[in-house]
Amino acid sequence: METLGIYVPRLVTRRQSFAPGHRACSGCGEALAVMLVMKALGRNVIVAMSTGCMEIISSQLPYTSWEVPWIHTLFENSAIVASGIEAGMKALRRKGTSLPKTKVVAMGGDGATFDIGLGAISGAFERGHDFLYVCFDNEAYMNTGIQRSSATPFGASTTTQPAGKVSMGQSTWKKNMPAIAVAHDIPYVATASPSYPFDLMNKIKKAVAIEGPTYVHILSVCPTGWRIPTDMTIRSGRLAVETGVFPLYEVEDGKYTLNYDPPRLRPVEDYLKPQGRFRHLTPEMVKKIQQRVSAEYASLKEKAQ
Amino acid sequence: MKRVGFESSFAIAEAVKMANIDVTSAYPITPQTHIVERIAQLIADGELDANYIPVESEHSAMSGCLGASAVGARTFTATAGQGLELMHEVLYVASAMRLPIVMAVCNRALSSPLSIWGDHSDVMAVRDTGWIQMFAENAQQAFDLTLCAFRIAEDPAVLLPTMVHIDGFHLSHVIESILLPEGDEVNKFLPKFRPLYALNPSKPLTMGDFTTPDLYTEAKKSQDEALRNSMKVILRAWREFGGLFGRDYFPVETYRAEDADVLLLTMGSFSEVAMGAIDRLREAGEKVGLVKLRLWRPFPFNAFCQAVAQAKLLIVLDRAISFGGPGPVCSEVKAALYHLEKKPQIIGFIGGLGGRDISVEGFQNMIHRGMEKAEQGKFEEVEIFGVRG
Repeated sequence: METLGIYVPRLVTRRQSFAPGHRACSGCGEALAVMLVMKALGRNVIVAMSTGCMEIISSQLPYTSWEVPWIHTLFENSAIVASGIEAGMKALRRKGTSLPKTKVVAMGGDGATFDIGLGAISGAFERGHDFLYVCFDNEAYMNTGIQRSSATPFGASTTTQPAGKVSMGQSTWKKNMPAIAVAHDIPYVATASPSYPFDLMNKIKKAVAIEGPTYVHILSVCPTGWRIPTDMTIRSGRLAVETGVFPLYEVEDGKYTLNYDPPRLRPVEDYLKPQGRFRHLTPEMVKKIQQRVSAEYASLKEKAQ
Repeated sequence: MKRVGFESSFAIAEAVKMANIDVTSAYPITPQTHIVERIAQLIADGELDANYIPVESEHSAMSGCLGASAVGARTFTATAGQGLELMHEVLYVASAMRLPIVMAVCNRALSSPLSIWGDHSDVMAVRDTGWIQMFAENAQQAFDLTLCAFRIAEDPAVLLPTMVHIDGFHLSHVIESILLPEGDEVNKFLPKFRPLYALNPSKPLTMGDFTTPDLYTEAKKSQDEALRNSMKVILRAWREFGGLFGRDYFPVETYRAEDADVLLLTMGSFSEVAMGAIDRLREAGEKVGLVKLRLWRPFPFNAFCQAVAQAKLLIVLDRAISFGGPGPVCSEVKAALYHLEKKPQIIGFIGGLGGRDISVEGFQNMIHRGMEKAEQGKFEEVEIFGVRG
């Protein structure tokens, strides 16, 4: 980690199409993830984005952070807007309009992906459009004020499922969105984290190079919603991976590969403890989470054998 | 030109084929299915070169059109009733982002109770979505107005999405004799779509920003001006269409209304039945006439006022209920006439809900009942025509 600062500026392009000067909170892991995704995508791309933090912070009329063609319409439909863009360009090219072959990328947060837009994503995957869907998962509706989503982890306190005298916060386990993507038999699914920038950019490059629908799921640490100091973003992302809470893997044509498999997982407590959203957890609940994480990690490892 | 027998739905599909659309994004719903089935068949048979996105909901049907239109593709979809309701929020985005999508709506009642049959509840619910909206009365008009819709929507001075309304079943499933133009005649009338703005990496654009109270009002003002100003282009397009194909369209059309004391106002396919009633009453010596509202948005204030100002009584038929209030068309025309010194009295009826027919005799009775109510001064009463119980 200590030497990363020396290498990164040399190895990663300086050109970025997600311009600085946007309005994200300090320490925002999602804005960092968007920047890395855009560095990997280059300029020949059209982005369709769902309503959410990234849309609000980057597109306030009359300003824009987007140096590539970018469209936002609604919350639940970026996958189908991307489908329309892809189909429209295909038809125009076939009928003689001179258009470059452009990558189409849909982006949404966990609310847009796990909840309100899931039907549209499923439809677009099933129809086989040539596009990449990137989910920036910060594990709650952060844009509207930290309300729970189906991506919120078990035990986390949110404003709509808060911890209280008779409540332990989120009472359900996080929906397995990458598995839902895999179930569509699409050619490429991956998880990534801006705490591992090379891995993230490589996966984005790989995903857009593949013909057909692809899905990259990025855990985007949110200091505001997770109630951590703003200088903890990168470290929290790494702890999520090192504890096995958010393993980095890819699924190519149904074949699982675990990209980073530490010799020994750290206890989940290392990840949970610094975060205010888990402050109320009892040792029993931490144990329950540990059991679940260990079991899921083992099952993933088995798939990746 | 050649004469063919076509179901209205097929006539619309034929217009879509002649418009040589690039993309349709559609979801099945009765009574609209025949339109998109026919388009799918035309594509399957190689008669139309377009991409059909078979989406998983109407919300996505309209959203797919947004994406395709934003890259400069000519885009069409069709829906009805609940489908139009499910795409409701997307409709506002299409007009605000100035994407000239064309949509046929086979007007259908809204649940509950579930009814697949026609009325105008779906239309009235999308009145304020910023779309240009026009009504067809028969298969020929359904064809003509669909062609015109592309021309109007895509005019660089307009760039607004456009709905062509046809009554579910009463018109959508009716087979009629229609005149089809030749391809080159259509090309003369409808040039290739050249978007002013499109998503393209060679010239990046940001579409669909977020805005604060500082600019939202100005953005909406410019949108409203665009819809109001589209009237000029609509009139020009219809005039040109009339010149080329010999069928004339106007925002407000009248039938035997010149010296009429009593006028009946209808929209859509019921107008043809109402004309029959007017004929019979005229034969009996009654000075009655018909006013047909062809263009619903932008509302043709001047033409409408001119058409009805001389009458003593205007009877308005609404095919939708505004629960607890007057019929939606009735309140619209009342507002349009309010400032005039000489204006007719107005009696409103609700009728033709959920596919219930109104016959020629029915319209005769409605006119007489309206005259009777006017004499009794019952102007505020909202009567549901022909209802039991």
